[in-house]
Amino acid sequence: MSLTRSWMIAEIPGPTRANVITKPEIVAALIRRHKRPLLVVGSKITTDIGGESMADYVIRLAKAANIPVLASLPALKVFREKGFEPAAAMPLADIGARLVDPSWQGVDGKGPHDLVLILGFRYYEQWLLLSGVKHFSDTMLVSLDYRYQPHANWSFLNISLEEWKKNLKAIIEKFGG
Amino acid sequence: MSKRALHVKLEKLEAPSVLVKGLELGIGRIFEEEWEEPLGPTPFPSITTLRDWDMKLLKRYKPFYMPFCDVCCLCTFGKCDLTKGKRGACGLNMAAQQSRIVLLACCIGAATHLGHAKHLVEHLIEKYGRDHPIDVGGEHVYIEAPVTRLVTGVRPKTLGDLEDICEYLAGEIVHLLSCCHTGMEGDNLDFESKVLHAGMIDQVAMEIADIAQISALDFPKADPDAPLVELGAGVVDLEKPVILVIGHNVPPAAAIMDYLVANNLYGQVEVAGICCTAHDVTRYNPGAKIIGPISWQLRFVRSGMADVIVVDEQCIRTDILTEAQKVKAPLIATSEKACHGLRDRTHDDPDEIIEDLLTGREPGALILEPDKAAEVAVKVAVKIAPERKRFKIIPDVAGVIEEAKKCTQCKTCARVCPAELDVPAAMAKAKEGDVSALAALYDYCIGCARCESACPQGLKPHSYIVAASEKEMKSEKFKVRAGRGPIRDTEIRNVGSPIVLGEIPGVVALVGCANYANGGRELAEVAEEFARRRYIIVASGCAAMTIGMMKDEEGKTIYERYPGVFDAGGVVNVGSCVSNPHIAGAAIKIASIFAKRNLRANYEEIADYILNRVGAVGVAWGAMSQKAAAIASGFWRLGVPVIVGPHGFKYRRLLLGRQDREEDWYVYDARTGKKVYVGPCPEHLFYAAESKEELMVMIPKLCMRPNDTTKGRMIKLTHYIDLYKKIYGTLPPDLHLFVRRVADIPITMKEEVLEFLKEKGWKEMEIPDPTLLPRLIRKKE
Ligand code: SF4
Ligand code: SF4
Ligand code: SF4
Repeated sequence: MSLTRSWMIAEIPGPTRANVITKPEIVAALIRRHKRPLLVVGSKITTDIGGESMADYVIRLAKAANIPVLASLPALKVFREKGFEPAAAMPLADIGARLVDPSWQGVDGKGPHDLVLILGFRYYEQWLLLSGVKHFSDTMLVSLDYRYQPHANWSFLNISLEEWKKNLKAIIEKFGG
Repeated sequence: MSKRALHVKLEKLEAPSVLVKGLELGIGRIFEEEWEEPLGPTPFPSITTLRDWDMKLLKRYKPFYMPFCDVCCLCTFGKCDLTKGKRGACGLNMAAQQSRIVLLACCIGAATHLGHAKHLVEHLIEKYGRDHPIDVGGEHVYIEAPVTRLVTGVRPKTLGDLEDICEYLAGEIVHLLSCCHTGMEGDNLDFESKVLHAGMIDQVAMEIADIAQISALDFPKADPDAPLVELGAGVVDLEKPVILVIGHNVPPAAAIMDYLVANNLYGQVEVAGICCTAHDVTRYNPGAKIIGPISWQLRFVRSGMADVIVVDEQCIRTDILTEAQKVKAPLIATSEKACHGLRDRTHDDPDEIIEDLLTGREPGALILEPDKAAEVAVKVAVKIAPERKRFKIIPDVAGVIEEAKKCTQCKTCARVCPAELDVPAAMAKAKEGDVSALAALYDYCIGCARCESACPQGLKPHSYIVAASEKEMKSEKFKVRAGRGPIRDTEIRNVGSPIVLGEIPGVVALVGCANYANGGRELAEVAEEFARRRYIIVASGCAAMTIGMMKDEEGKTIYERYPGVFDAGGVVNVGSCVSNPHIAGAAIKIASIFAKRNLRANYEEIADYILNRVGAVGVAWGAMSQKAAAIASGFWRLGVPVIVGPHGFKYRRLLLGRQDREEDWYVYDARTGKKVYVGPCPEHLFYAAESKEELMVMIPKLCMRPNDTTKGRMIKLTHYIDLYKKIYGTLPPDLHLFVRRVADIPITMKEEVLEFLKEKGWKEMEIPDPTLLPRLIRKKE
């Protein structure tokens, strides 16, 4: 089996596919290299990882690396239950429409985001969102999910939640979190 | 009727307000000599007639494309890589390619409904004659075909009229399909405009199919008290022979009911249906039963409950013959559109066919004549039932546990499951002797069997899920109100004003297929919530079945607890997929009956009216088909927003408004001609939601219209704020965009909202007499 196989086997993209995030340093470097990163987060961040949830890691990463979080509506609910207020929240559909609009000034109104880190959607939702943004904008796209997302510029392979946790911890540590 | 290309000739048509003497369609076919309503500007529109209107919509609701594939492979120049602004060998770019695929899907959908309508109408004409009158509600329904009147300018009076209109529709679909050819249309917005045209044509086709069958087969005629019929896999009496009918085109199923009655077998043989044929056969005869939506197909067949399977067209599993053979149930195909490889026995002696099916010499038969198909189906069912003894291929629980031991936990099944179910975890538990995790998947499984196709060990997870839930499946016993057909003109008179003023907070149309991301329960809960909030709930197709599949503590379904009237708090099942135009028709009739706008061939004005005034929203929570795509686009052109569930993202483009762009939300005040900001109402035209909660806040939001009175807006905002707060704990962050006057603010929330508005720097807005059409301005400033 090819290493860069989509998690959903039939979701084959085409000529381009994401580079593989082989080590956490890559993500840390991408974050450092960009001026206006954004974390886009969906409903599945409730996924349990040994007593913690994915949302806990997103919050830690957002705080440590000082990255604003744009939550989809279901994710907003999860964050609020955890006492974390994302920078903005809007439906997934609206997130897509804004990310492909070069005149959109970002969640803080200070200019377009040049790096989008994304995770926590249903596999096919994220797949489609990434496809839309990849084709119609120049934003650097990084999937932080534990399943390979070919339409991103960078993505983990299909990894276990355990491995995902290790990677996320390491990324967060790089920012002193 | 000549097969020559049709043309539309307008005699003595000078201006929209001038009475036309005759509207001629084709060769010497004159419709309507004495209709007092003046002919509007757009009878029998061609693919560009309404382009201006489309572009107005598309300027505000911009397509957001999510390509399913980076390449195009439609011609031998390809494959062409269309990533990142590259163009194909023909010059096409990705946006145009995506909209082309959407158009293709809508053409397939519209052609399917039209093909359905044509077959049905031809069959009914053969049986009842061209002059059989259209009657869909007697004195209660004066406007018998609102969509057809609106689009074509024709008031159909007989089955023959319907057949002629089909010729116009067929011509349009041919043109639309041709636009998908290489080197034809090049602009994505022009493709989108054609998508809207396909949707409109589709609406007419569906309306024709439904009013034909209501009129000729005597279905409930706009009857709010249509009978309650039985629904669920558990309602079938397994002591009797069982005929399962699957599909959408009712004549064979109706013929089965007739045959049973004529041969004193009525009540002795069970006729149960899946998908829309089920709806329509119960409209024909409430003694028939509905098993459920398309997702019940494999469950039911594999459980061995059907003795004979009769398929007509659409939404039939394409492996139905293989599945039928597994349970030794003969298959009878009845449509030339879905022959399933079977030998054509249409002209054979029924006894010979029966003999071949009973002996198993042939696994099934293609019989294109409904009465003969019915006779064969009944005779075979009666004879084969005692021999088959409900032969099934669903293993028992012990068998499941044994099979599960072969599972290697490779996770392939999880990687193909569209519902993202954790099948491997459930298999692991089953291996240990506990099938509860498999049973827990039952409500979420959409019955596609992709897991089985993919399993390298040849295991059958779908069957195991059904096996583990056999008790649950057998206890599925619900009630659904048989499809009532159109909405009465009198009902429209009662609700027209409160809807347009906003006092009835909205009309929520739950339509479409059963590709739900989290099972059907969510849709039933949504129906319940909004019926309780006194919205008008209308349902059709698989969605209408799904909302009936939940009971309260007293064991009652939503159809038993809410009246079937088109009024606040009513829950209305209009019928099958082709009954959808009654929903669009209700909106059109509001403009016509309540607001007295001319509807005859006056599409743009009526759509403008609906977009700005009629707070209706379509929800296709499990939409999967190309027909669903066409149905949705018919609603868009008419100004009705549609929300789809998560799988709907796979339609690969949405039509989204941008509330953050003030310039997009200006309308004309028809009184003065002044341009007025009205806020993002309705915010989107085609929208996919990630979760049920999101759907719950989007419904009230998308029901707001610029025309709402302050009282109406207050009621709509009450629901929006209440639901948003319940789910997310705060006021909606965009609330200030929907409050126009202090009087719009719900009284009980006044202080809190005023505080919020202050923070947002809110200013009062005008409430205009809204329109997007400059020609409707009465006095220029
Ligand atoms: S239709 Fe156009 S884009 Fe598609 S394969 Fe042919 S040349 Fe390429
Ligand atoms: S694909 Fe088959 S073997 Fe693999 S995990 Fe699923 S059921 Fe088990
Ligand atoms: S049959 Fe059910 S479990 Fe199997 S792939 Fe389809 S939805 Fe998933």
